[in-house]
Amino acid sequence: MTQAFRIENGGLINRDKKLSFKFNGKTYFGYEGDTLASALLANGVHLVGRSFKYHRPRGFFGAGVDEPYAVVQLYRNGETEPNIKATEQELFDGLEAKSVNCWPSVNFDIGAINNFLKIFLPAGFYYKTFMWPKSFWYRIYEPFIRKAAGLGVASTKHDKERYEHKYEYCDLLIAGSGPSGLAGAYAAAKNGAKVILAEDKPRFGGSLLTSDVNIGNQSGKDWAEGIIAELKTMPNVVVKNRSQIFGYYDHNMLVMSEKVSDHLPSTKKYHPNKRLWYIRAKEVLISSGSIERPIVFGNNDTPGVMLSSAAKEYLKVYGVLVGRKPLVFTNNDSGYETAIEFKKHGVDPVVLDSRKNPASEIIDEAKNLGINIKNSYVVVAAQGYKKVKSADIASISEDKKQLGKIENIQCDCICVSGFWTPTVHLASQSGNKTKFKEEIDAFVPGQSKQNEITLGAANGEFSLEETLKTSFKAGSELSKKITQKDNEIAVPNVVEKKSSQHDKFWCVPLPKGKNYKRFLDFQNDVAVSDVEIALREGYRSIEHVKRYTTLGMATDQGKTSNLNGLQLVSEIENKVVPAVGHTTFRPPYTPVSIGAIVGREVGKHSKPTRKSPMHTWHEKNNAVFVDAGVWLRPRYYKRGNENLFEASKREAKNVRTNVGVCDVTTLGKIDIKGPDAAELLNRVYTNAWLKLPVGKARYGVMLREDGIVMDDGTTTRISENHYHMTTTTAQAANVLSHLEYYLQLVWPELNVNVVSTTEQWAGAAIAGPKSRDLLQKLFQNSDVSNEGLPFMGYMEGDLFGVKARIFRISFSGELAYEVNVESDYGNFMWEKIIEVGKEFNIQPYGTEALSTLRIEMGHVAGSELDGRTIPFDNALEGLVSKKKDFIGKRSLQRSAFIAEDRQRIVGVVPLDKQTSIPEGSHLVKDDKAPLPNPKLGHISASCWSVEYDNPFSLAILKDGKNMIGQKLFAMSPLKNKVIPVEIVSSHYVDPKGERVRS
Amino acid sequence: MLYINCPHCGMRSQNEFSYGGDASVKRPELNKEVSDQEWDNFVYNRKSLRGKHLELWQHISGCRQWIKVERDTATHEIFRTFKADEEVA
Repeated sequence: MTQAFRIENGGLINRDKKLSFKFNGKTYFGYEGDTLASALLANGVHLVGRSFKYHRPRGFFGAGVDEPYAVVQLYRNGETEPNIKATEQELFDGLEAKSVNCWPSVNFDIGAINNFLKIFLPAGFYYKTFMWPKSFWYRIYEPFIRKAAGLGVASTKHDKERYEHKYEYCDLLIAGSGPSGLAGAYAAAKNGAKVILAEDKPRFGGSLLTSDVNIGNQSGKDWAEGIIAELKTMPNVVVKNRSQIFGYYDHNMLVMSEKVSDHLPSTKKYHPNKRLWYIRAKEVLISSGSIERPIVFGNNDTPGVMLSSAAKEYLKVYGVLVGRKPLVFTNNDSGYETAIEFKKHGVDPVVLDSRKNPASEIIDEAKNLGINIKNSYVVVAAQGYKKVKSADIASISEDKKQLGKIENIQCDCICVSGFWTPTVHLASQSGNKTKFKEEIDAFVPGQSKQNEITLGAANGEFSLEETLKTSFKAGSELSKKITQKDNEIAVPNVVEKKSSQHDKFWCVPLPKGKNYKRFLDFQNDVAVSDVEIALREGYRSIEHVKRYTTLGMATDQGKTSNLNGLQLVSEIENKVVPAVGHTTFRPPYTPVSIGAIVGREVGKHSKPTRKSPMHTWHEKNNAVFVDAGVWLRPRYYKRGNENLFEASKREAKNVRTNVGVCDVTTLGKIDIKGPDAAELLNRVYTNAWLKLPVGKARYGVMLREDGIVMDDGTTTRISENHYHMTTTTAQAANVLSHLEYYLQLVWPELNVNVVSTTEQWAGAAIAGPKSRDLLQKLFQNSDVSNEGLPFMGYMEGDLFGVKARIFRISFSGELAYEVNVESDYGNFMWEKIIEVGKEFNIQPYGTEALSTLRIEMGHVAGSELDGRTIPFDNALEGLVSKKKDFIGKRSLQRSAFIAEDRQRIVGVVPLDKQTSIPEGSHLVKDDKAPLPNPKLGHISASCWSVEYDNPFSLAILKDGKNMIGQKLFAMSPLKNKVIPVEIVSSHYVDPKGERVRS
Repeated sequence: MLYINCPHCGMRSQNEFSYGGDASVKRPELNKEVSDQEWDNFVYNRKSLRGKHLELWQHISGCRQWIKVERDTATHEIFRTFKADEEVA
């Protein structure tokens, strides 16, 4: 197939490499270096999609990041990606894309009926039209609107692409490689500064690629290529194309999205799809250029109406004619550049200039070329449905209020130039308050807020010579501050055509008796009439107008529409534009893939997985793991066809009858050393610690300053000034920070050091009536008798040549010990325990059995120490010293904490002794009471008691102390259960605690 | 993301630190009679200032030291940083 609109020669594409691609199922050809947009235009395809609300046919409006229409669904390598701008997507062989927001096809779209219903779909229509009857909203209106609205479709498959994050530091970061970016980068690089130059397009050079200028006796394009080539050879410079700096955050942190693979048929092996750069820059030069803005006229959304600069770019960069009968509609000199380019390629344009008597070099050039120029003329409306066929034009009075007689002229495209809008997004995001520059009718950055400077067109400076001068100077001065070097660069000689004033004219009035839609925002179908309605209905703040009308929202974020919207509001309100202000420029500047933001932190990589040294053993022995904080712990060890319930019951029962072993490596461990260590513990824990002898462990509870229990655990005095603290798995990091806080800030006079040793020790809990017999066989040289190692005793032992710490502490309520060895010996220890324990019928047990054992003993854990309970609630008031002060003690005097009917831990047994009570169930007095049924307490933990072979739960119950013996109901609306229960003591098994001391 | 000058380690990104609240709060001395009001002020009552604020941060993924940071809560500008035991004038 021929590319009917591709010119013979010219452009920066590689004509030696032909690429085939599919659009809406049809095969086309383009060249390497094309975008999807330029390739489609080369093939004469102008209809790419349907508009958001009215489903009007839409084509291409821009040639880059500002594109509001040409959003497509992309298919690549078996994957699909929504909302890709065809103007940014580089062509690759085999590319497939489809139009979005149309059904059944872009040519025949049923939704286009909305175009005829538009009288019913004004601004904010979804807030009012669909309010009655109310019940219809959820069932009918909302699903319908949701289906009708929206752009592309996200893939439901797992994204196989890889995304990376990179952290970088530099002296000078430069956003945009146009003339100011190149000059700034070059000057700074020559001074030895570490420079990063970022360009969002594939090609460097910005406006120099399309403008007809000379720099140092070369074309602007050649000069740019020379600078880039030299920068690439410099070791202190990083130049990146396809890289969009999209956010400017605090303290000169900028984030850049680099498209590594989007231009390729598939991602190369070991390459990411995108790379997100977090760049901390000492100085930032914003050279992001400017975006041409449209002039508003009737049916200005018809395919074939596009920005004049885009038409020029398609011609100069891609060798594509966007039409053969172009009409250029301009209020400034830029339109003439486009007209001249057309003329040079044998196409005769007609120029409509809204100005009466403009005069400048470029206008003279156009005249000399014989271009047909009509002054004081405007386009009133585009004609044609799926493509521009002609234009209604008219002369306009000097006050721009009166139109002359309407004429119709044939054309196949309308290239619009309404002057230039500086891209101030990054500067504004940095905190810079923009100011309105009257002579260009647009906002420019004001006073620098962070270490940023905006130059060139982004700063409203449209003279190339001036831009180069200021940018060389800025690059040199910014780098001089950092490197102390000063290699002066001579500013090259510049040849450019001086421009005349633009016309402050942005919207063509409606002719009498006509009601053309005049669009401000093309992506969201916001017309002049919509903004008028919003203002008529009382919306005043520009932020409210934006949200009510959706002006400036969606994927293009109003890059072409915002300023005209402000012009309209200020005109209706009779205010000047700066008084109306603009909406906030928030990052990201352009849409960024969620994948790039997430980076490698997906699936298992979203957090680190920590495994104990015995993990492999657990795996080999059919452990089923559970996440415990960042750790993986065995939940149970599966035998045969056992399920969780059966396995945990077996394991728990074996602890109660024989002996079991549990991996407790994950417990937090903190090493505490120093002469004031006991004093620290005495202040941190609620109970007394000054008299704990060496070789003894003690259970302690620590509070927050507000009196709530923070954590519990045992601490052992290893030697005179050396303690070993254990914390719960979940609170390990918090407790360490807590201790450091008090040692460093509150009581710096205490001579104590704390350090986490969680990973240094592997731990095994050996529990059950036969645990002492097993221990004696493991430590044959130690006296582990009840006298030699009494309850809460500590000793060091020799485990077949490995030094071990032995603690006689118990979480299960059985006679139990914990053995710690250095982590590297963890597996050795574990295997020895299993091997020697065989004769005592040892079985490993997981967290489920561990929970069962502690629940039926009434030992509290995380589900009771839930950040809402005080010691009394957990029946721990016996551990609260009355004599000494400690963290949080004063808070325990709060009236709610000493109330008579204070909540407290109790045991709960179902009356039928059969039905397990779901955790989280509420305890109520009357199961038939009307809702909300007063809640007396909640079930914190449930198990199947292996001791009594019936369900047992712990609960935190109001006035729990006096509730024992009462009959209540446990209600779980989630599980749809109502269970009659009896309240019993939380110490269900061995209430006197005889076993641990046996 | 803030860029914080840890007095022990130098300039580091915010993600190495955790926030610790108002640094001007003084814990009442131990074993001292404290009124309800004094205690409430210590535990709960904070000013939530707009502007210059002296606050605590811990360099949790670095030297683990608690430091004091003088920061503008509206603009995020950081003026000075101090070691835990440094007096702030």
